[in-house]
Amino acid sequence: MDSMAPFSDPVLSQRSAEAVIQLAKQYIQLNGRKPVFMEVCGSHTMALAKTGVKTRLNEYVQLIAGPGCPVCVTDQRTIDSMISLSKERGSILCTFGDMMRVPGSKHSLLEAKTEGKDIRVVYSPLDSLRIAEKNPDKEIIFLGIGFETTIPLLAAAIKEAEQRGLTNFSIWMTTKLVEPVLRALLDAGEIQLDGFLLPGHVSVVLGKESYSFLTEEYKMPGVISGFEPVQLLSSIYKLLQLCLENTAEIINDYPYAVSSSGNAAAKSLMKKYLQPGDEDWRGIGTIPNSGLVLKEKYQNFDAKRKFKITIDSPRKTKCRCGEVIRGLTAPEECPLFSKACTPANPIGPCMVSAEGTCAAHYHYMKEE
Amino acid sequence: MCVGVPSKVIRLEENRALVDVMGSKIYVGILFVPEVKINDYVLLHAGQAMTIINEEYARESIEEWRNIIDGQHGTLF
Ligand code: SF4
Repeated sequence: MDSMAPFSDPVLSQRSAEAVIQLAKQYIQLNGRKPVFMEVCGSHTMALAKTGVKTRLNEYVQLIAGPGCPVCVTDQRTIDSMISLSKERGSILCTFGDMMRVPGSKHSLLEAKTEGKDIRVVYSPLDSLRIAEKNPDKEIIFLGIGFETTIPLLAAAIKEAEQRGLTNFSIWMTTKLVEPVLRALLDAGEIQLDGFLLPGHVSVVLGKESYSFLTEEYKMPGVISGFEPVQLLSSIYKLLQLCLENTAEIINDYPYAVSSSGNAAAKSLMKKYLQPGDEDWRGIGTIPNSGLVLKEKYQNFDAKRKFKITIDSPRKTKCRCGEVIRGLTAPEECPLFSKACTPANPIGPCMVSAEGTCAAHYHYMKEE
Repeated sequence: MCVGVPSKVIRLEENRALVDVMGSKIYVGILFVPEVKINDYVLLHAGQAMTIINEEYARESIEEWRNIIDGQHGTLF
C-alpha cells in the first residue's frame, strides 16, 4: 500500500529519530531530566522494541510499558479459573493462541491439551460458533479475553449465537477497559508521567474523544499513534512538543485509521449485549467497572453462570509482572528475567504473550 | 492479539469481504465497516475488518511530518 510505505521507510525513520532526540534534548535542558511517557498498548511495547525505537531513544526519552497486554493484566486467579474450565466434562475450550502457554498455578492450557483435554486455538471468537454447530452434544466455551479492540468481536459472537439459536455456546468474559485502568494508575500516583502514547487499535473502536478525561481531569497530554517506526517517532515528537508547550491536549496522530468518535457499529454492539462490571487486574487488584460483562438478558451465554469453578489460592512465585504492568519495574530488574524465566520456559504472562513487556525486552532489547 | 496490517479488499459479498493480506487471500467479516468498498484498505483484527484506512489522510500525515522535520533540519529530500 503506497500511502503507508513511508511510515516504515528506514531513511525517514532515521531522520525522525534525530528530530525526536533534538526536541528531547531541549526538554532535558529545561527540566533537568528525561521526559517519561507510557505506551498503553502491548502492541506498541512490542513495536517500540522490535523497530529499535526504544533503544535508539533510551538516553533521551524514558518509555514505560503500560497495562495494555490483555493476557499480562489478567489476574492469576482468573487464569487458574480459565485453565480449570478445561476439566469440565464434555466441553471444548476455545481460545486465542496467546493463552495456551500462560502459566497457571498448577499447569498451562498447553499442558492440559497434552493430557488429552479438548482445547482449540481459534483465530476469531466466531470460529468457535462453527465448532459449537458441529458438536451439538458438547459445551463450547470461549475464553473472552481482551481490551476494547476485541470486545466488539465477543459481542458479535453472542449476536451470531443468538441468531443461530445455539444453546451449547458460552463465553468466559474477562474483558478489560482502558479508561478505568489509566485512571487507577494516575490516581495511585506511583509513577511520574509526562504523557501517554495512546493505543492505535483500541482507539479505532473508542475514538479520540474518549480520552478527554485525561486532559480535563488529569491535565495529561496524549498522542494516538500507529505502529510503524515513523508513526511511533512522529507521535513521540508531538507528545514532546505538547510537554514543552505545557499543553494538555490529545492529538490524533493516526487519523487515517482512528476517527473522533470511534467505530459506531462496534460501540452499539457492545452496548446492546454488555454492561460494565468489576474486573481483577494483576498487581493492581479489583477496579470497579473496569470490564464489560454480559447483560442479565444474555446470561445463557455467560460461562461464569453455566460453570461453577472453584480454585485454590494461586501459587506464589517471584514473578514481578504485577509491577511490570504498572510501570514500576523494568523486566531486567526481575531476578528471574532471562534466567529462570525465558520465552521457552515462561514464569509469568509478561514473558509468554506476543505483546508482553518481558518478551519484548527478551527478544529485542536483551544485552548479550 | 491486536496486530493490524493494511489489507486490500478485492471482493465484496453480503456479510464478508475477500482481502489480500500481503499476498494471501482471506475472507474477513465487515460487520464494523458496512460502508467498505472494493479497493479500500482495511485494518484487520481476529477475522474482522475494524476500520478503513483513509489514504488521503495518510498521505497528508506523512507530508505534514516531512515538513516538520524538514523545518527542523533543513531539507534533505
Ligand atoms: S521476567 Fe518472567 S518472572 Fe520476571 S516479571 Fe517478567 S514474566 Fe514475571
